[in-house]
Amino acid sequence: MTCWETIQAYGLRSLGIGEKLLPRKDFTLCQEFTLIGSGLIWNIYFGVLALSAGFFLANALALAKASRSPWTRKPAEWFIFVFRGSPLFIQFFLAYEALVMLPRAGIDVFGITIATAWTTKAWAGALFVLFLNTAAYSAEIFYGALRSIPKGDLEAAEAYGLSGWSKFIRIEWPTMLRLAWPAYTNEAIFLFHATTLVFFSGFPAFAQMGDALYYANYFADKTFNPFIPYPIVGFYFILLTLLLTWIFGLVNRRLNRHLPQNLRARIRLRPQLVR
Amino acid sequence: MFTFCADPKSIEGLQWLGCYLTSGKHLDFYMSFLTVLALLAITAPSALLFGFGGATAARSHFLPLRLFGKIYIAMVRGVPDIIFFLFFVIALDQMIEYVKFLAVCPPGTPSPWQGLEFRVCPEAKVPLSASSAGWHDAYGFLLAVITFAIVFGAFAANVLYGAMQAVPHAQLETAEAYGMSHGQVFRRVLIPQMWVYALPGLSNLWMILIKATPLLFLLGVEDIVYYARELGGLKTQAYEYPHGDWRLYYFLFLMVFYLCMTRVSEIGLGRLARRLSRGQATAAGEALRRAAA
Repeated sequence: MTCWETIQAYGLRSLGIGEKLLPRKDFTLCQEFTLIGSGLIWNIYFGVLALSAGFFLANALALAKASRSPWTRKPAEWFIFVFRGSPLFIQFFLAYEALVMLPRAGIDVFGITIATAWTTKAWAGALFVLFLNTAAYSAEIFYGALRSIPKGDLEAAEAYGLSGWSKFIRIEWPTMLRLAWPAYTNEAIFLFHATTLVFFSGFPAFAQMGDALYYANYFADKTFNPFIPYPIVGFYFILLTLLLTWIFGLVNRRLNRHLPQNLRARIRLRPQLVR
Repeated sequence: MFTFCADPKSIEGLQWLGCYLTSGKHLDFYMSFLTVLALLAITAPSALLFGFGGATAARSHFLPLRLFGKIYIAMVRGVPDIIFFLFFVIALDQMIEYVKFLAVCPPGTPSPWQGLEFRVCPEAKVPLSASSAGWHDAYGFLLAVITFAIVFGAFAANVLYGAMQAVPHAQLETAEAYGMSHGQVFRRVLIPQMWVYALPGLSNLWMILIKATPLLFLLGVEDIVYYARELGGLKTQAYEYPHGDWRLYYFLFLMVFYLCMTRVSEIGLGRLARRLSRGQATAAGEALRRAAA
C-alpha cells in the first residue's frame, strides 16, 4: 500500500468513510500520520462549535454576573463556580450517565415523541458539555474584563450623552472584548486541548471513530511503542495552536486598531492544564 | 461490618443503606479518596521542586543547561497535557524495564522491542510477576506520581521563571554592588522575594492540580473514578446488594467532593495571599495598609 492509497483509505476514517478495519500489523509512519490526522477532524469539530456557541452564552453570563439584582447574579455565579470548580473529566462522566438515564424510547411532549438516543453520542453530548464548560471559563474572563474597563471611558461616554444600550454596545462591550481577548485566546487554545478528553471519559467511540488521541492510543496499545504516535499528536496540536494564535491575533489587531502602537495588548500563551 | 448485615437480602430501608455503604468495596472506595489526597500531597512539593530546578536551569549561564530548562518549560505549551500523561506512564515503565534488562538479563537475550511487543526476560520485569498485588498497585501509583510531577513541574517552572524575572532588577544589581556572589544574590535576594510574584500562578496551578487528579483513572490507578464506575453500575440479584444503575449519583458525589476541595482551597489561598502581601510594595499590600489605617 503506497502512502497515497493509505490517505485515500484512512483520511476520513474518523467520520466512518473509507476502509472499515483499522490497520492491525506492519504499521507504517504514513498510516499513523493519516489516521491521527483524520481523528483531528473531531477535535476541530468540538473546538470550533463549542467555542462559537459558548462565546454568546459567556457574554450573557458575564453580564448576569455583573448585574446588581441577585436574581440574575446568583445563578450565573453558581453556574460559573460549578463548571470551573470541578474537573471536566468528571463533568463528562456525569453528563453521560445523566443522558443515559433518559428514557430509551424518547420523551412524549404533547403527542410528539422527542428522540433521546442521539444525546448519548459523543458528537452531541460531549459537545454540549464542552459548550457549557467553555462558556463558564470565558464568562469569568469577560466578567473580569468588564470590571476593569477604565472609569474614564465610561464617564466620557456619559458626557457624550450615551446611556443604556447604546453605551453598552458602543463603549462597554468593545472595550470588554479588547481587554479580555488575550486571555480568551488562551481559553480557546486550552479548549481545543480539552477536546482530547472526550473519548477517554464515558462517551464511547462508535465503530472506532474517534479523535486524534484515540487513534494515537490505539497505535500505542498495538505497537507497545509510545514514542511515535504521541509525538505525532503533539505535532498536530502544535500546528493547531499556531493556527489559532494567528487567527485570534488578527481579531486582536482589529480590536486594538484605534490605539497607539505601544498601548496594544499582546497575546501571550499562558499554559493552563486540565480543566 | 455490623452484625445485622450478615444477610443483606432480609433487611431494608435505612438499615440496608447503612450496610450497603459500609460494605467492603465501599470501604475501598473511601480509601481511594486517600489515594487522591496522597497524590496531591506528594505531587505538589515534588512538582514545585521540579519547577524550581527547571526555572533555575532556564536562568543558568551554561548554555546546554539553559536550553534544557527552556525546552522543559516550553514542552507543555501547545500540546495537550493528557498526551503527556498517557505517554510518560508507558515511556517510564519501558525505560525502567530496559535499564533493568541491561543489568540482569543473561547476555545474548534479544532486544525487548520485538515487532509489536515489548518483552524483557522474566527477571527484568518491574515489579516481578511473582510479587503481590500490593506491589503492582504501588508501582502503578509511583509511575503516576512521577508523571504528574514531571508535567506539573514544567508548569511550575514556567510560573517560577516568570516570578524570578519579576523581581526588580535593581535589587539584584544592588546586591551585586555590595559584593555578593551570584549564588548569594540568588539565595538571599532573589528567592525570598519571588514568592509574592509566584503566588497567583502557583495557586492557579494548585487548583488545576486538584482538577487533574481524576486523570489517575486513565493511568490505570484504582482511584475514585474507577470505584464510582464499579460500584454505581447495575447490580443484579446475583450480588449481595442488588440495585439499579446508580453511577449518576456516584458521579454527583464526586462532583460535590471536587467542588468542596476547590472552594476550600480558594478560601485558604486567599488568606495566604493576604498574609504574603502584608508589608509588600504591591497594590494588594497598599490596600491592606490603607484598610488598617
